[in-house]
Amino acid sequence: MIFLDFFISGISLGSIYAIIALGYTMVYGIAKMLNFAHGDVIMIGAYVCFYAVSRYKLDPFIGVALAILVSTLLGIIVERLAYKPLRQAPSLAVLITAIGVSYFLQNTALLLWSSNPKFFPSIIGRGTFEFFGGKLSVSHVTILTIGTCLLIMFILSLFINKTRLGKAMRACSEDKGAAQLMGINVNATISLTFAIGSGLAAIAGALLCSAYQTLMPTTGSLPGIKAFTAAVFGGIGSIPGAFLGGLLLGVIEIFAKAYISSQLSDAVVFAVLIIVLLVKPAGLLGKHTQEKV
Amino acid sequence: MTKKFLLALVLIFAVSSCSFADTFKIGGTAPLTGGAAIYGNAAKNGAQIAVDEINALNGGVKFELRYEDDTHDAEKAVNAYNVLKDWGMQISLGSVTSKPCEATAAENFSDRIFALTPSASSAAVTEDKDNVFQMCFVDPNQGSASAQYIASKNLGKKIAVIWKNDDVYSKGIRDTFVEKAPGLGLEIVSETTFADGNDNDFSVQISDAQSKGAELVFLPMYYQPASLILAQASSINFAPKWFGVDGMDGILTMEGFDNSLAEGVILLTPFNADAKDEKTQKFVAEYKKRFGEIPNQFAADGYDCVYAYCQALTNSGAKSSMSNEEINNLMIAQFTSMTFNGITGENMKWSKQGEVTKDPKGMIIQKGAYVGLE
Amino acid sequence: MTMRRLINLKRVEARRIFLTYSIVIISFLICYVMSEVKILSSSMRGMLVPICAYMVMAVSLNLVVGISGELSLGHAGFMSIGAFSGVAVALIMQNINKFYPGTPEFLQNIFLNAPFRLALSMIAGACFAGLAGFLIGIPVLRLNGDYLAIVTLAFGEIIKSILNNFYFGVDKNGLHMSMITDTTNLLKGGRLIIRGPMGINGIMKISTFTAGFILVMISLIVVFNLVNSRSGRAFMAIRDDRIAAESIGLDITKYKMMAFVTSAALAGAAGTLFAMNYSTIAANKFDFNTSILILVFVVLGGQGNFLGSIIAAAALTILPEKLREFSDYRMLLYAVILIVTMLCTNNDNIKNFMQKLNPFKSKEEAE
Repeated sequence: MIFLDFFISGISLGSIYAIIALGYTMVYGIAKMLNFAHGDVIMIGAYVCFYAVSRYKLDPFIGVALAILVSTLLGIIVERLAYKPLRQAPSLAVLITAIGVSYFLQNTALLLWSSNPKFFPSIIGRGTFEFFGGKLSVSHVTILTIGTCLLIMFILSLFINKTRLGKAMRACSEDKGAAQLMGINVNATISLTFAIGSGLAAIAGALLCSAYQTLMPTTGSLPGIKAFTAAVFGGIGSIPGAFLGGLLLGVIEIFAKAYISSQLSDAVVFAVLIIVLLVKPAGLLGKHTQEKV
Repeated sequence: MTKKFLLALVLIFAVSSCSFADTFKIGGTAPLTGGAAIYGNAAKNGAQIAVDEINALNGGVKFELRYEDDTHDAEKAVNAYNVLKDWGMQISLGSVTSKPCEATAAENFSDRIFALTPSASSAAVTEDKDNVFQMCFVDPNQGSASAQYIASKNLGKKIAVIWKNDDVYSKGIRDTFVEKAPGLGLEIVSETTFADGNDNDFSVQISDAQSKGAELVFLPMYYQPASLILAQASSINFAPKWFGVDGMDGILTMEGFDNSLAEGVILLTPFNADAKDEKTQKFVAEYKKRFGEIPNQFAADGYDCVYAYCQALTNSGAKSSMSNEEINNLMIAQFTSMTFNGITGENMKWSKQGEVTKDPKGMIIQKGAYVGLE
Repeated sequence: MTMRRLINLKRVEARRIFLTYSIVIISFLICYVMSEVKILSSSMRGMLVPICAYMVMAVSLNLVVGISGELSLGHAGFMSIGAFSGVAVALIMQNINKFYPGTPEFLQNIFLNAPFRLALSMIAGACFAGLAGFLIGIPVLRLNGDYLAIVTLAFGEIIKSILNNFYFGVDKNGLHMSMITDTTNLLKGGRLIIRGPMGINGIMKISTFTAGFILVMISLIVVFNLVNSRSGRAFMAIRDDRIAAESIGLDITKYKMMAFVTSAALAGAAGTLFAMNYSTIAANKFDFNTSILILVFVVLGGQGNFLGSIIAAAALTILPEKLREFSDYRMLLYAVILIVTMLCTNNDNIKNFMQKLNPFKSKEEAE
């Protein structure tokens, strides 16, 4: 039964990684940039939610909605001011700019909300469901997290595959030049991707902090890196890949802690990542593009 | 015209009266930004209150305080220390966190600038340095004190330890605790760790303690991860006795924290913001007024450091015109001989190594407040 | 650099190399004199050695990122291996009488002489880091682009995690090491050198600015020689068009490995230099953020431009210190400066606009 406990913890942690990784992977797929500021958008979203719920006593779902709104706006503004002027620049320049944005957001949060860690009130309380006569208890947050992740994954797949905007996004990620010639507004599509990614980040922030109830200006950075790893693990640019990578990473992390060594669990997670990439150099579900000569 | 004249007179008077008091430049480095900023800002704020109080008394000793940011990094701490040296720092408050303080303490030692750190508790801070002193307990002492306390009060026989394995503070306490425990009849049934970036999910650590039948879980860590452990344990209905150290202080003032989660947590801490004595209450009231928060032990340590300096400087008759080395020697003589009463303890004394002896107070959290344990 | 090779170089390239060397030497001399006659503030003096270490880090990373064209996000890992192994070797040499009483006297004299000890430990740090670079390079260099980047990041984290759980001590019976818990059981008089999460403490500070300068010069000589050799041209050919390079028979893995190992070894030496400037080091210092910091030096200084790396490393190390007067807003300003610099140097519109503002530039172009 303990095994099942760990498995559920892993899936729950993995679901959060997956939602964050979706944001990474969508932006990467289209803008071909590693948006290292993504983790900090999560943090900002979580703070908005925290203040709405804890200080202003709003309904948690209004809090989450506000967080999504603020994060989406933030994503669009950041994209417009910092990334858009660099569309033609080398990818490394954009990477460094993203790191600058990440420092900027972290330090803004530090000035606005101080460094004192906040205890995040779970958005749906601390209840649990009991199974097998109380042998297995699963908290409401865990169910909500996993459910939300599945729902997001489902909606996102529909959006990407069935709508015109989704089609435009796919076209841009294949070939920006050709997409432009086909009359797709490439700039608007990229902005849209950032907006969606940042909105997802806010959801991830609210869930992350509900499951692990702590909030500091640095809260987003490490889950951000882990989620980035998850995105690569699954094949960066691939949406099902990010989902799978996130879940696997969460489960591996918990199992490594439980059955190998709690000291070396990070090392184990990264070692698995390396092995996977050696066997499948483009990640689990990534497309391996043969270079044309 | 007369108004201006009067004003000038007052100004002249003010300036001349200032020059009677002896102003010492006192400096420290602390993480004021980044993940550890909460500790640095608390110590800085505490010290600032003490400085303002002492200066307002217009006694023989006055201070000019300056804190520089070290972002909890040894390299930046040395940079910050050098900035303070350029400013003309005469006595130092070391660094707030352990690893940076190990680096700055070596500089203090070679520059012969006396240091009294509020809260850098690792043993390596004072090791082999005659002029670096601590206001807080040294980590190994906390570990053995905790083990003794648990054994003598019969709080539990089967102990689980969860500690942070990339943190000097946590490791230092854990090492002596684990070493001392078996001799006191305590059995360590589970020992698990976490690290930076791996400090969200404690399900594995908690299940391990639970399945091995731990009666008491020892948490040598700061209150932020501890709050998560308490919350996650409560969600799986695991309710052992919880035992924390001084880093646990602050958990009740964490914004949003549900105090019922910490019900029954026992901690050894030198400072208690709910203490009834006048000194503590005055400090807590002033801190709340200025910073809108309840001070934690870091703030109290910073506050005590400045008062300890005030006492030592007054007793030794040091003058700010003296060289740093002269002040340094006077301070060493004072700190190894004097007794100091502060808000983090009564009758504090320092050994030649710079370690403080004071009685840790056992506290239990009941209904969202600390209650002293006997 | 042999004379012949210099003559064969393009004049522009030769001019650039000489410019780099002369700027480094002149700035060293100026700083050295200023520091000797105490005009330099303690704050600046304290930063000289770390700046040198960061310069070497930036130059070595530039070899991989700029010349070889691979994005590495784990460079701090090599620095950390160099730091730990170098300091461990230095501590053993420093206490050679205690651990190995039978060592010949002339060796003891060498070991107890600080500059020699520093040099030897830097060599040791470079060797260990180079070896790690080789071992890590075997899997890493099979990958491309962002996948390679993430694997270097992963190795950086693994190195950090392992060093955080590594115990290493010396006593009369020789070396002892263990993982996770300290089971070295040293004899009395032995010394636990690496203490897991506590890292190493009680390091004797023997790094000097001169040593740092020499290391910067060595790394420049190594890098320039490599870049302007047959191998260097191979690196660039592979970077610019891997398939074409492969088709003319270049051994891709060999050349990539050469750049990677050289870079790792230089980073190792820089790590030793850095660590020996402080009394204490811990593995957490060399994390992802440090790797990124060094990458920022490289990108800001220009990929493939070693002088740029050196200047960027110095400027960005000094900048946060100079921003101290803004206290709480310091790191916010740092972030803004970083973003604005990237925008100004990489956006064509802004670049053109700046050029219009600059009267000298337009005149030059008009001629």
